[in-house]
Amino acid sequence: MFGLVPTSLFAAGLHPASVAALAFGAPSLAHLGPLDIAVIAIYFAMVIWIGFYLKGQANTSEEFFMAGREMTAWIAGLSFVSANLGSLELMGWAGSSYQYGILAAHWYWIGAIPAMLFLGMVMMPFYYVCKTHSVPGYLKLRYGQGSSTVAAVSFAFMTVLMSGVNMFAMAEVMKIVLGWDLNFSIIVSSLAVAAYVALGGLRSAIFNEVLQFVLIWGGALLVPILGLVETGGWSGFKARLAQNIATGAVPGGDYTHMWRSMGHFADNPMGIHWTGIVFGLGFAISFGYWTTDFLVVQRVLAANSLRSARLAPVIGSFFKMAVPFIVILPGLLGLVVLTNGDGSLMHLVGENVVKANPGAGLHSYNEVLPLMMVRYLGPGLLGLGITALIAGFMSGMAGNVSAFTAIFTYDIYQPHIVKHAKDEHYVLVGRIVTIVGVVISIGAAYLVMNAAGIMDYVQALFSFFISPLLGVVLLGMFWRRATKQGGFWGLLLGTLTSIGLWAWVKADPSALRYVAISPDAKDMAENMYRALWSVITSVGVNVIVSLCTTPRPLSELASVVYGATPLPKEEPVPIYKNEWFWTGIAIVIFLALNIYFW
Amino acid sequence: MHSSGISIWFFIGVMLTIYGAMILGYGLYELTLPQMAVANFHASIWWGAVLLAAGLFYGVRFRPGHES
Repeated sequence: MFGLVPTSLFAAGLHPASVAALAFGAPSLAHLGPLDIAVIAIYFAMVIWIGFYLKGQANTSEEFFMAGREMTAWIAGLSFVSANLGSLELMGWAGSSYQYGILAAHWYWIGAIPAMLFLGMVMMPFYYVCKTHSVPGYLKLRYGQGSSTVAAVSFAFMTVLMSGVNMFAMAEVMKIVLGWDLNFSIIVSSLAVAAYVALGGLRSAIFNEVLQFVLIWGGALLVPILGLVETGGWSGFKARLAQNIATGAVPGGDYTHMWRSMGHFADNPMGIHWTGIVFGLGFAISFGYWTTDFLVVQRVLAANSLRSARLAPVIGSFFKMAVPFIVILPGLLGLVVLTNGDGSLMHLVGENVVKANPGAGLHSYNEVLPLMMVRYLGPGLLGLGITALIAGFMSGMAGNVSAFTAIFTYDIYQPHIVKHAKDEHYVLVGRIVTIVGVVISIGAAYLVMNAAGIMDYVQALFSFFISPLLGVVLLGMFWRRATKQGGFWGLLLGTLTSIGLWAWVKADPSALRYVAISPDAKDMAENMYRALWSVITSVGVNVIVSLCTTPRPLSELASVVYGATPLPKEEPVPIYKNEWFWTGIAIVIFLALNIYFW
Repeated sequence: MHSSGISIWFFIGVMLTIYGAMILGYGLYELTLPQMAVANFHASIWWGAVLLAAGLFYGVRFRPGHES
């Protein structure tokens, strides 16, 4: 879930300092009754039950780290999309849609679907056929140990740190929404995650992600349904929104179209140009995250066959396209249905305004989803909605911890510390590293609690590595001439480019006009163009260095490079089970959605 | 996911069944209370029923020992 979090958190304005400021002294938004508490308690009992049940099925390293490669396409697909469906994502993007309108849906459609389909149809055969256990593992096969270690160390470090940062942010959200103590939220959720991942490994994490996926839909789907019933459907909502805009109750703007205002940076409130959305978000960020971030790729690698591995992202893409219904739509509906106690329209504001007016009873954009839940969900249902948020957080943390465990054990411990041990030894190391990962996450959470400003830096750090990695993996997979030296220097200089551009804008905000090539660009555009430049640098350096160095013979590249990899023949299946058929359907729906909301 | 034991769908079925029964039960109880000013459209009743039905379907369909 965290690969896209940096962008979304910045976008949503969910900065820890302001969230922390909001938390202290603010009354909680919701009050849970005994039925709600029971719903939450049952969820915790269920995840621990699953962990204990699966303990007996995580005895070998293949079982513990790769879930025995037994996942069906549906389970791998739901887990794949669920690992990305975190609570902070839900709340942040609902807030963004209240603020910016349906533009926020770009992060769910063009910012995800093409990359997911590309992973399934084009890249997955190489990942799957070479039987790698991780993305750094693929880099090792293709480019050698150097690139693999750089990628593994950076990923392991940042994953576990991000897990802690999000743990803290979630505890803050629980404090704001429910008034829960920070320590209570952190300790209880960490213990539950540590227990079920250490016991059942990746299989347990995947099972719980599927469970979480069902919970999120069961808990959150009711909000937009009831919102649309109240407003008289989509056309009724648009009519009420137009009326609110006409009377000045809602700031003017186009809240219901995605592309019309993308012609120039100054034409939309996000300050983005369509080139940034298409090439920056749609390619550099999205492909980087969905095709090379091990957190999500690990789920697909656990599939039980190549066909399942290819189908999994395709299945995930359908649900990903539907997520705006439970995230973006509630944010939009908040513009017309949220009212104050006296019946007047509620106006949500930025975190800085809330912070500047303590005790004024103001609510921030990021609170729109909990506010909508409180409005529509009665006892029991509210508990289900809150459980969905908790489950989203725990699942995201479990995803990070299981990915960290696999990367550390396979790509750092095994090649550099203990090379030839028994299989049981690595399983034991995996269980211990799971606990250590959770402990480091807790430490990171408390570190951020005491120095909230560093959260911005941690999130930016994570984003530095994803896009350059894309350039290296893509060239490695589709260009036989790419060399070990090219991969290493491409990864390194691509990352340094990203860091350099970020530091430049941080030191001199006016530099954004050069990074995003427009004086009208706003903060959100920076992420997109920075990612794009780093991919271009990564690919460019890789090409130049590769052409100057000696490539590996083709015989050594079997199963890792296009043209040198004989793909296994798959048994013919009826059309409704064919991955290409469903890819075609997904493309049609993706295009239809963009055209309808053009 | 059947060969190695209980299916994940069974766990989901159990969970949805419990949640559905609890929420539907409360919704029915709520009918006896004075009308609340919350725009919930008796969601507890029909949403609880949906969860219960889905839970029973998955719980029975993927029950342990039953190969689908």
